[in-house]
Order: sequence, then structure tokens, then C-alpha cells
Amino acid sequence: MKCSEFLRELTDYLDGAMDAGTKAELEEHLAWCHNCYVVCDTTKKTIEIYRDAQLYELPEDLETRLRSAIATKCQQRRKADPEETSR
Amino acid sequence: MGAIQPRVSEPATDELALVEAAKAGDVGAFEQLVRRYDRNVFRIAQHITQNREDAEDVVQDAFFKAYSNLNQFQGQSKFYTWLVRIAVNEALMKLRRRRPERTVSLDEDVKTEDDSVPREVADWSPNPEQQYTQAELRDILDRTIHGLPATFRTVFVLRDVEGLSTEETAEALDLSVPAVKSRLLRARLQLRERLNKYFQRRERNDGSQRPRSGDNNQ
Repeated sequence: MKCSEFLRELTDYLDGAMDAGTKAELEEHLAWCHNCYVVCDTTKKTIEIYRDAQLYELPEDLETRLRSAIATKCQQRRKADPEETSR
Repeated sequence: MGAIQPRVSEPATDELALVEAAKAGDVGAFEQLVRRYDRNVFRIAQHITQNREDAEDVVQDAFFKAYSNLNQFQGQSKFYTWLVRIAVNEALMKLRRRRPERTVSLDEDVKTEDDSVPREVADWSPNPEQQYTQAELRDILDRTIHGLPATFRTVFVLRDVEGLSTEETAEALDLSVPAVKSRLLRARLQLRERLNKYFQRRERNDGSQRPRSGDNNQ
């Protein structure tokens, strides 16, 4: 297997979305190709770091304000056109 | 090396009942759906628009649009996937308004030469994120993902941050599964490449400074 072939399969490999035969081929490549091992490992870390970083958490005060604004709009719409959403 | 562990999503057994109640006029039922998903919608909107005010507008507009069009939700997909689709469209509209000089479309197949081929292969420290304070790390991650084209950013955030499946991401973005996979691969590899300079293992002991978050000019 060439490195370019390994890279093409990287997303499915990281997502565990492949059959056992292909997985074994990729892992054989990983066992001897240090560069692909590093790319695979650091890509996996990239995903985990972003997933765990909690970027853009919604602050509580803003959340309260948004919920209230949404509820008001929906209630107004309900009053204006009570049949609309259930039509 | 094992596969990444997917986020376990909450069971949505009562979700259809809430949607049906909201359709029948129970605004309180819809408010429960808002409480369940407003943080996710905010995160997605902020990732796409990269602007706090726009993200706030997207949250309000997306939920209001969902409420107004509940009759069109037939329950063939999850309510959340349907909601995400509305939110992504609202966010992209905001982005287009803010950057009218550039057409922003998820359909565009952004062609950059060999952007999937790693140029720098350097191992990272064992726990690279721990080299930075939480604020520094967020700043690095924010600036780094900001540099990706909107189409890659959106696929990455839905699939890897929010934990939608490949099929759900394709449905929410109206893309084919191969298109999602291709964009996801390129997004992941580009982010990895851009994070190298912050996280790579430093063998030298010559007093050189680690890069600071402010050094990132991408």
C-alpha cells in the first residue's frame, strides 16, 4: 500500500467505518510507515482536541435571553395564526 | 491505533411526541426542544459565521423558522438533523451578506492543489493541549479553524464536533456521502497541518520559546 492510498482511507479508518480486511491492510502499513503513523495519530488528536475544547459555549445569560425571545416570537405567531403549524 | 470514539447522543424517544405536541399548538413543548438544542445550534452558527451577533441571530431565526414550518417536518429524519439543516442555511445566508464579494456555497468543490497531502510530518507532544492555558488553547483553535473554507469548516463541525453521523451530515447539508467524506478528510488534514506549529514535540533545548497564540497569522 502506498502512503497516498493510506491517506485516502484515513477518514474511514479513524471513524472505524471499514471491513476487517481493509483495516488490517491499513494497520500493516501503519506498522512500518512512521510518517503515516504520525499523520494518523496527530489527525486523531486534532479531532479529539476540537471535540473536547468546548469552543463557543453559549453563556447562561445569553441563553436565557435567546430562549425568551424565541418563546415570545413563537407565542405571537401562534396567536396570529393558530392553525398554521398544525396545518 | 483505534478509531475515535463517537459522541453518544442522548436518546430521543420523546422527541417525536414533543414535535407533535408543538404542531398541535403547545408552545411549551417547542420550548423544550429549544432547551435541548440551543447550545448546539449556537456552536454550529458561531463556527460558520465566525461572528457572535450573527450566531445569536441564527439561533433565533432557525428556531423560529423551524416552529413556523413544523408542518413540513414529516419525521423521516431526526428533528435535530432537520433543525441543523435550517440553522446551516441561515448561517450561510449571514455569511453571504457579510462577505458579498465571495459566493459561499457548500456545493463548491474547493480546489486547492494537493491540500490533502501533509507537507510537514512532525510528531506532537503526548498531551499537546496541556502546553497552553484554556484561553490560549481556545484562541489557537478558533484562529486555526477560522482559516478553513466555510464548506470544510461546516462539515468538520457537524461531523467531528457535534457528532452527527456521515449520513446525517450529508442530509443536513444536502451533500452526497462521498462529498462529505472528501471534505471531512481535507478539513481534518488541513487543521492538523495548521496545528503542527503549536503542538509539535520540541526536542531542542536551546531556550527557544514555544509559539504564543498571538503568533498565528492564518
